[in-house]
Amino acid sequence: MDEVLLAGFLASAVRVSTPLLLAALGETLAERGGVINLGIEGAMLAGALGATLGATAGGLWFGALGAAAAGLLMAAVFAVVAIGMRADQIITGTAITLASVGLTGVVYREVYGTAGAGLSLPTFPVLPIPGLAALPVVGEGFFSQPAPTYLAWLLVPVTWWALYRTRWGLALRASGESHEAALAAGVRVRGLRVAATLIGGMLAGLAGGTLVLAQVGTFTEEMTAGRGYIAIAIVVLGRWHPVWVLGASLLFGGATAMQFLLQAMGLDVPYQLFLMLPYGLALLALAGGMGRARAPGELGR
Amino acid sequence: MTAGVLRERLLVSAAALGLGAVGLALVLLVLGQDPAAAFRALWNGAFGSWYAMTSATLVRATPLIVLGLGFSLALRAGALNIGMEGQFLVGAIAATWAGLQFGQAAGPLAVPIVFAAALIAGALWVTIPVLLKVRFGVLEVISTLLLNFVAESLVSLMVQGPLQEVKGVYPQSDLVPAATRLPVLPGTRLHLGFVLAILLAFALHATYSRTAWGFRLKAVGASPQAAWISGRIASARMFSVALLLSGALAGLGGGLEISGVTYALFQNLSPGYGFTAIAVALLARGHPLGIILTGLLFGALEAGAGAMQREAGIPAVAVAIVQAAIIVVVLLADVVARRRAALEVLPEPEEQAA
Repeated sequence: MDEVLLAGFLASAVRVSTPLLLAALGETLAERGGVINLGIEGAMLAGALGATLGATAGGLWFGALGAAAAGLLMAAVFAVVAIGMRADQIITGTAITLASVGLTGVVYREVYGTAGAGLSLPTFPVLPIPGLAALPVVGEGFFSQPAPTYLAWLLVPVTWWALYRTRWGLALRASGESHEAALAAGVRVRGLRVAATLIGGMLAGLAGGTLVLAQVGTFTEEMTAGRGYIAIAIVVLGRWHPVWVLGASLLFGGATAMQFLLQAMGLDVPYQLFLMLPYGLALLALAGGMGRARAPGELGR
Repeated sequence: MTAGVLRERLLVSAAALGLGAVGLALVLLVLGQDPAAAFRALWNGAFGSWYAMTSATLVRATPLIVLGLGFSLALRAGALNIGMEGQFLVGAIAATWAGLQFGQAAGPLAVPIVFAAALIAGALWVTIPVLLKVRFGVLEVISTLLLNFVAESLVSLMVQGPLQEVKGVYPQSDLVPAATRLPVLPGTRLHLGFVLAILLAFALHATYSRTAWGFRLKAVGASPQAAWISGRIASARMFSVALLLSGALAGLGGGLEISGVTYALFQNLSPGYGFTAIAVALLARGHPLGIILTGLLFGALEAGAGAMQREAGIPAVAVAIVQAAIIVVVLLADVVARRRAALEVLPEPEEQAA
C-alpha cells in the first residue's frame, strides 16, 4: 500500500472517530455511575441541529455552544424521567431519541424550509501542529485535524483524571457499583448520576455538532444514523475506561474509513457492505468485550 | 384484571394520549403554526372518508398491530426487542425473494410460502442477539438496535443487486406475482392482512391467558429466579424463545407489507413501524386486545400525519413527538402506581400448610 493512501486512510479514520469518541467518553461517565442512556443518539441528533442553528446565528463557536446546549437539554429530560422518577432507563432513552427525531425534523423544516435547501455551513479549519504535522504517514492523520478532534483527545486524560483521581470520580464509580453501599458511605447517588448524565448529554451534543461543523457542513434529518448506539458499543469494548475507549473509537473510525480506502484501491465490493461494517464490528466487540470486562454493578438499574 | 385496574389503565392511556397531543400543539405554537388546522388535517387524513379510514388508517394499523404484538411478546419474558424495524425489513426481503422465486409456480401455496419466508427471516435475524445474549451476556437492546442499521443496508444492497428489477433502472424489486398478493376489499387498499393481525391478537390473548406456556412466559418476565425456584422454568430458554417469536412476528409484518400493500421491495419501506410499535405495545400495557386498539390509534396518527404534511405543511415526523410523550407518560404512570403499591399495607400472607 502506498504512503499517500495510508496517510489519507488514517486522516479519515481519525476524523470519523472524533464524534464517536466524544459521545463515548460522556457515556463512559454516565455508565460508570450506573446509568445507561440510549438517549445519547437523540442528544447527538439534537446537538447536530443545535450546531446548525448556532452556527447560522453566530458562527462556529456559537454553533459548538448550541450543540452542547441541545445535548444537555435532551439529557436533562432523560435525567428527570429515568433518574429522578426511576423509570426504565432503556425505554426512556428510546423515547428521548424518538422525540429528538420528531423535534429536529419539525424545527429544521420550519427554520430552513420544507425543501431542506442545500444548507452550507462553515466548518472548523484544520489546525496543523507545527513540526508534527509534517511527519510522514501519521502527520496528516493525527496532527493536522480541526479543533474538535484535539478537544476530544484532551478530554481523554481529563475524563481519566476525573474518574480515578478525584473524590467525585470515586463517589461516581461507587454509585455505579452499588448505590446502597454508596448511600451508606454518605454519597449523594442521585445527584452524581444526574451530573454524569448531563455531562454525557453535553458531550453527545458536541459529538453531533462535530459531525456538522467538522465533517459534513450541513444538517440532514436523522443524520446521526445510529452513531450514538455505536458509541455505547464503544464504551463496552473500551471496558468503561477512557484510554481504552479512545482505542475503540479509533478502531471504529478505521472500520468506517475502510470503505474510502478500499474504494480508492479499486476493489469491486458493494458499498453497502462497508456501511454494515461498523455495526457488525460493534456486535463482535460487544461479544468479546462483555467476556473480558465487568460492567458497573448497577448499570441500567 | 379487576374493573378498577382496567379503568385506571384506560385513564392513564387517555391521559398519555392527551398529553402527547398537548406536547405536539405546544411545539407547533412555538413554531408559529396553527395547531387547530394541523389537528383538523390529521383527523381528516385518518377518518375523513371511507377511503381514508380503510386505505390509510387500517392499512397502517396492520403492521403496527403485528409488531406491537411482537414487542409485547418479548417483553413478557423480560426481553426488549428494539430491533423490530430490522426484523421487519429482512422479513420483507425474504417475502419479496420467495414471492419472485416461487410465486408463479406455487399456486394456492404462494401466500403461505411468502409468509413462511418472512417469519423465518425475522426469527433468523433475531437469532444473532439471542446467541449474543445467551453466550456472552450482551444486552439484547443494543444488539437488536445495531442490527436495524445492518438491515437497512441489506435492503439497499438487495434492491441494487440480486433483487433489483429486471429493467435495472430504479433501486427497487419487480412486482411480486399476483398469486402472492393478498385479496383487498374492493374499492380500497385494505387487505386481508388486517384480519390476520386481529386474529393473531386474539390467538395470543388466548395463549397468554389460558395456556401453561403463557403463564411460564409471564413468570419468567416477572422474576427469573422465582420462576426457576418455584417451577424449574428455565428463564434463558423462555427468554430466547420469546425473542425468536417476537422476531418472527416482526418478519411477518414485513411479509404482510409486501404481499398486502407494496408488492415490491424498495428502500424506506418502513416509516419507522418498528419504533412506533413500541409505543403501541406500551400504551396497551402489552395486552393483545388492547394492542388492536392502540394499533388502530397509531395507524390513524400515521395516516393523519401524511395529510397534516400535505395540507398544513407540518412535517409528518412531528408524530414522533406524540409517540415519545405517550411512552414517557405511561412509564411515569407505572412508576407512580408502583410507589403507591409499595406504600399500601401489604396483605396478610396466606396460611401455609405445615
